[in-house]
Parts: sequence; C-alpha cells; structure tokens
Amino acid sequence: MKQSYVYALAALLAAIGLSLFVYKWQVLGFPVSQNQEVPVWTIESSISFDSGPGSIKVNLHIPTLTPGFRTLNENPVSRGYGFSLNYGTGGREAQWAIRRADGRQTIYYRISVYQDASNTQSDTTPPFPPQPTINEPFKTAVDVLVAEVKEHSADAASFTSELLQRMNDPSPDPNVELLRLEATSRAEFVESLTTILASARIPARMVHGLELEGRQRDAEMLTWLEIHDGDDWRYFNPMTGDEALPDTFLVWWRGNEPLINVEGGSNVQVNFAVQENHLDAVAIANSQAAQRGSAAIDFSLYSMPIATQAVYGVLLMIPIGALVMVVLRNFVGIDAFGTFMPVLIALAFRETQLVWGVILFTILIALGLSIRFLLERLRLLLVPRLSAVLIVVVLLMLLISLISNRLGMETGLSVALFPMVIIAMTIERMSVVWEERGPADALREGIGSLVVAMAAYICMGFEWLEHLIFTFPELLLIVLALVMLAGRYTGYRLLELRRFKALADR
Amino acid sequence: MLALAKKLRQAGVLGLNERNSSYIARMNPRKFFPRVDDKVLTKKLSVEAGMAVPEMYGVIRNQGETRKFMEIVGDRNSFVIKPAQGSGGDGILVVTGRSQRRRDSFRLASGLLVTADQIEHHVSNIVGGQYSLGGNPDAALIEYCVKFDPVFADVSYQGVPDIRVIVYRGYPAMAMVRLPTQASDGKANLHQGAVGAGVDMSLGTTLHGVLGTEIVDEHPDTGALIAGLQIPQWDFILQSSARGYEVTGLGYLGVDMVIDSEQGPLILEMNARPGLNIQIANGTGLSGRIARIDEIYDESASPEERAADARREFPADRQTSITFDV
Repeated sequence: MKQSYVYALAALLAAIGLSLFVYKWQVLGFPVSQNQEVPVWTIESSISFDSGPGSIKVNLHIPTLTPGFRTLNENPVSRGYGFSLNYGTGGREAQWAIRRADGRQTIYYRISVYQDASNTQSDTTPPFPPQPTINEPFKTAVDVLVAEVKEHSADAASFTSELLQRMNDPSPDPNVELLRLEATSRAEFVESLTTILASARIPARMVHGLELEGRQRDAEMLTWLEIHDGDDWRYFNPMTGDEALPDTFLVWWRGNEPLINVEGGSNVQVNFAVQENHLDAVAIANSQAAQRGSAAIDFSLYSMPIATQAVYGVLLMIPIGALVMVVLRNFVGIDAFGTFMPVLIALAFRETQLVWGVILFTILIALGLSIRFLLERLRLLLVPRLSAVLIVVVLLMLLISLISNRLGMETGLSVALFPMVIIAMTIERMSVVWEERGPADALREGIGSLVVAMAAYICMGFEWLEHLIFTFPELLLIVLALVMLAGRYTGYRLLELRRFKALADR
Repeated sequence: MLALAKKLRQAGVLGLNERNSSYIARMNPRKFFPRVDDKVLTKKLSVEAGMAVPEMYGVIRNQGETRKFMEIVGDRNSFVIKPAQGSGGDGILVVTGRSQRRRDSFRLASGLLVTADQIEHHVSNIVGGQYSLGGNPDAALIEYCVKFDPVFADVSYQGVPDIRVIVYRGYPAMAMVRLPTQASDGKANLHQGAVGAGVDMSLGTTLHGVLGTEIVDEHPDTGALIAGLQIPQWDFILQSSARGYEVTGLGYLGVDMVIDSEQGPLILEMNARPGLNIQIANGTGLSGRIARIDEIYDESASPEERAADARREFPADRQTSITFDV
C-alpha cells in the first residue's frame, strides 16, 4: 500500500467519524460533556366537570407553537373517552368525546417541555384586521387615543409600546380611564388592547401561557399581547409595555377563544400543575432523535440493556489505551512486556484505583517472580511450569485478598480483577529476561510496562472522554485513523534521540 | 529536541520506526521470514547455496528426543546448542569442554560445570518454546563450536566474537564486529553488553567500539585497543553476506559470521530485523548508504560484484550522508 492510500483511508475514516459526531452533537443535541442535565417541565392540566345527561365533548387548547421550548412528549389521560386532535384558529385543540358519563369527570392532559432557545417557530403573517365595530362612547375614546398615539410613534412596535404606556398610566386621561374601566381582568384588558390595535390596522392577538418556575400546584394562565409588525410576531407585556417574552413563558394558545369548551357538562374547572424535573440531556437527545426518525438512535448504546452498557463503557475505552500504547511505543520508545499487557493491567487498575493497583501489581509480580525462580530449580517442562506459575498467581491473589480482608482493607479484595493469565505470562517473560539479560533489563521493561499501564489508566479514566466515546462511539473511527497514521510514522522515537545522540555531534 | 532530530536526520541515522516500515515491511516479504527465523532451514539453504556454515550435528525436535542428546553429541568435546527459532542470542549454550573421567560433565564457555541432566533440561526448555518468538514449540540445534580465530583474542572475553553485516538489496552496506564481554556472559549481543566495533568496508579494519551507547577505545575486560584490527578474508566475508540475499530473498538483512581458525569465515545465522546500534559503532547513519545503494543498484550484479561495489563505495573516511555542518 502506498503512503497516500493510508492517508486517504485515515482521512476518510476521520471524516466519517467526525461528521457523524457533529450530526449527533449539533442536530440531535447529544451532549458532549457529562451529566449535562436539562430542566424539563411537566405541565399537567386537569379538567373536571359535572357530566350532563347526554353526550359530552370537551375541547381544550393545547400548545402548538412554543417559542423557546420544545416538546419532549405529551399525552392525554382519560378513561373511556375518544380522543382526537384538531387544528383551530387558536392552534391545536385536543378533543375528548364520550356518549355517556356519570358523575364528576376528570380528564388530564400532560405535556413535557424543555427549553431550547433555538426554537423560534413563528406563526404565519396575518392579514390586516378589518376595522372593528365599536359602540359609542368607546368609539370616540378609541379614535382619539389612536390618533394621539399615532402622532407619538413610528411603526407598529413603537405604537404598541406607546399605547401600553398610556393605558397603564397611573394618572390616565379620561379616554383611557373609560377604556380601562371596561376591562375587569387581564385577559379582558388585553382583548380591548387588540381591539384598539385593530382600529389602528395593526394585527394583534392575545397569547395565553404559563410562566414556568419550580413546582406549582395551581399555575395561573397569563395573557400577553402579540402584534405583527409586518415581518415578525412580537410579544408585549400588557401591564408594563416591555417587549419580549420571559424565558420561562410557555405559550399555551393564542386568540380570543376560551381555553376550554365543554359541551354537555357543567361546573368546569381547569387546573394547571407544573413540575420541574432534571433529565439527562442524553435522554432528551434520544427522544428527539426518535421523533425525527433518525437512525442514530437505533444504533445508540443508550438503547441497550444497562448491564451491556456497563460492559461497553469499559470496552470502548480499550482503543484509547491502545492509542496510548502506540504513542508510548512508537513515538516515545518505551519497552514493555507484551503488546497489550499494559492496557489490560490498566483495565484492572480501574477497579483497584491507581495507587493500590500499582502496589498490588508490584507485590504480585515480585512474589510471583521469586516463586518462579524457585520453580526454575525444579527444572520443569515449559507448559507445566507456566501452569504452575499461573496456579501460584491465583493462590497469591487469594492470599492477598484474605490478608487485606483480615486487615479490613477492601481494596485488597479487588486484586481478583487482575488478569491472572496476563500476570502469569508477565512473570514468565520477566524471569526469562532476568536470566538472559540480567535484572537491569528485566526491571527496566517491568517498570516500562507499569509506566505504560499507568498512562493508559489515566487516559482511559478521563470521565469526559469516557462519556464522549460512549455517547459518540463513532469517535473511535478517528482513533483508528490516528493509529493508522502512527503506523506510517517513520521519524525517530524520543528515546532514540538519546540513543543516537553521539552520531549527531560528529 | 526537534533540532536534535533534525541533526540525526541530516546525519542519515535510521530510526526503528523507519527501519520497520520503510525497509523491513517493504523489503522483507513475510513468507521468507522462516528462512532466517528457523536456523535449521537457514543452514540447509546456505549449504545448498554453497556457503560455509558450522557443521550441524543434529536436531532435537520434541521432548521425547531430548534423551538423544548424548547420542548426538557422541564423543565430541565442544559443541553449541541453540534454539532454531531463537532471537537475540537468547538460549544459546556454548559447551567448550568435557570432563575426561566423567563424560556427562560439561564445561560451558563461562567456565561453569554442568551435568548432562542440566543440559537436557535446557534442551527441553528450548523445545518447549521458551526462547522462540511467541512461545511456539521449537527445535534445538546442536552444531559445531567455532574455534575462533586469534585475531580477536585480545578484544574478547570468552565467547565467540562475530561479524554482523547489514545487506541491503544484496549489497553489503555496513558491518561491525561484536566482541563479547564479561557483562555479556560471552555472548556477542550488544543488548547484553557486548562491545560493537565499526568496520571500514573498504579495508576490513575495525574502527572504534561502542558499549551500550558509549564510544569506547579499549575492550572493557581486556583493555586491548579495539581499533585497527584487520579482519581476515574480508573479501570472502563480504561476498558471503551478499549471497545471503540470494539465499533468503530478504532485501534488508543482517548476516552474522564467525571466523573459525581452521575453516575460515562461517555463516552463523541471518536476521530479518537487524538492530540499529551498528550505526553507533560505525559513527555513521545507514540512510545515506541505503540511498547510495538504491542509486547503483544493478539487478544482474553477482554477489562478488556487489561485494566489490560495497568496498569501493563505503570506505570509513568517506562521508556518504549529506554533510551537516551547515
């Protein structure tokens, strides 16, 4: 294979990995950092009413366009009712219907939303409103007010805020006072505002919604004013004239229609309960991916059983250990026993923690090595001798566990997690090197193995990295690309610089 | 650090990564590796090519045959036991003498006395694969123990000094003499503490030596000067190593030879992954010479012609790499 093929392949792998990663991160919103929690509000509206003798039909406005929020899920809860969704002038309407019901009925509609500032869904541009028909003496008052405000404003938005200022003036002029007297509630106040705006030919409507905060048992539906300035819908606080919705304002429905309409029932009560939860960002991203029908979710590790997830949480870090191994071997030039032995030791360190891992590993190797030297004198054949070393290693592990248990040190118990076959082979290799090339080489390679294992352990232990790889396994393609590139590295190893130093100075 | 790397690059020093990927992976087809990794096969091929090798007394291929050891050795007083697939000189046992009264008592090169039982255990370790790459079952080779030529007697501590020649595409590129020391336990392996001495390819004379990465002028045990020794039959050595290319098919090859006082230069073994310390021993990098060989490469050249080319092209005083006093 030519050099360029390797580069091309590595670039291809990295590109695939990177684009998948970016797609999942940016489009599906999978979190790049760990334990990223997103507040999720669950709003439950309970509708109760006394049933009449005939059939019952309940129409409830439910959220449609919710700037600043996205829907996680929604579900109607009712017993025996038929359910359907309709689109009315005020947005979506949930309809429950039943032929017959007895006594007091309660229907629930539950929706979970989470904040997403990027959601700026806007309604379509409305036509100019017709001149409203207003009775005297209000007509004169409105005409005068509109004429005055028009003089002090430039466009729809400034007209609206000027109007709101005048309408909320603590010492209002008689025209305003007359109009204000008419409105007994906030909703009616906003309704009269829309009428005034309509006579100024500005499209306006009421926006009803909830201000979400913490836990509310009986949240109040607040009405805001929405006007269209020719390009966009804009929100105004009818009481202060401030523009823009609060971040936590969830738009429930729009328009003059009532929230609920119950046919065949009486004594209707609607109650909104709000509950704030914190949900893992991953779960939200998953549900979002599912809503979009993205294949990414079908292949996500989060859809697997928890036990399997735990296994892969560890397994997926092995490539990182291998990468560390490659760097230390081919770029630094550290000698170690066995190709992947340090990575396996590093895996064991995950259970024992670093300090104890190093201590236990050293004890195990030291004891095993001394017993191996005793076995050498017995002149056993190779395979039986290896088996003997293995058995000794198992016994030593048992012994260490027993002693540490006796001493009340729990860490010692985790020695059982060391890969014993690897340990046995390491002891054997080390003893051969010890005899053939002397203790210095054996210790150097042993310490080299330990250093590599420690480096691998540290890199495999970065929680952010673990989370990143687990959430975005496609990043392993980048690791693969890196390893392939490292495979074509023909430069010097760091330790070689020292080795060949004499040649550079000549 | 980068400056140092740059200097080394300019001096044409070959690094392990480059050796592995650019030469071993490219020049040495894997299918030919057994030709050098299995010393029994190497010996067979070398003999067929008419090259001089130490005479093989016998091979022990499985545990059951370890008893045949005494039979193979017969009445001989000296012999060498080595693993057929060993590497780096590991597992080689050199027997130089034998008790006259007790024939099952042997004297090793180090002076240690061992019994036939102990040797048989060693043989069974070899057969079990203790010294083979990857721990595969192996064969133990019993062969003629070279009586080394006195030319290196003053600069060797026990053991057998040998000559390593790096052969690139059939052309001898660089050579060194490996001198055993007390530290190397009589073994001619630089990793184990033997002294390596560079060789002037034109003249066949030794240059200074290296011990580890240090440059030394005297042998650490004997104190004799290392430089200036004339290697006998240098032409023959270069030709034999050049022929190693035809025998093995490996484009990047290390040929190890010993000089027997009676039989002359013998091919001891060949290596598909020769080490890089030879550069330190010669005080020069391999890359420059490899580049020169690529220039003068002639597919039809005979081993003798290639050996002559090497003598002409690579004298010690000639700077083959780009000069780096810039």
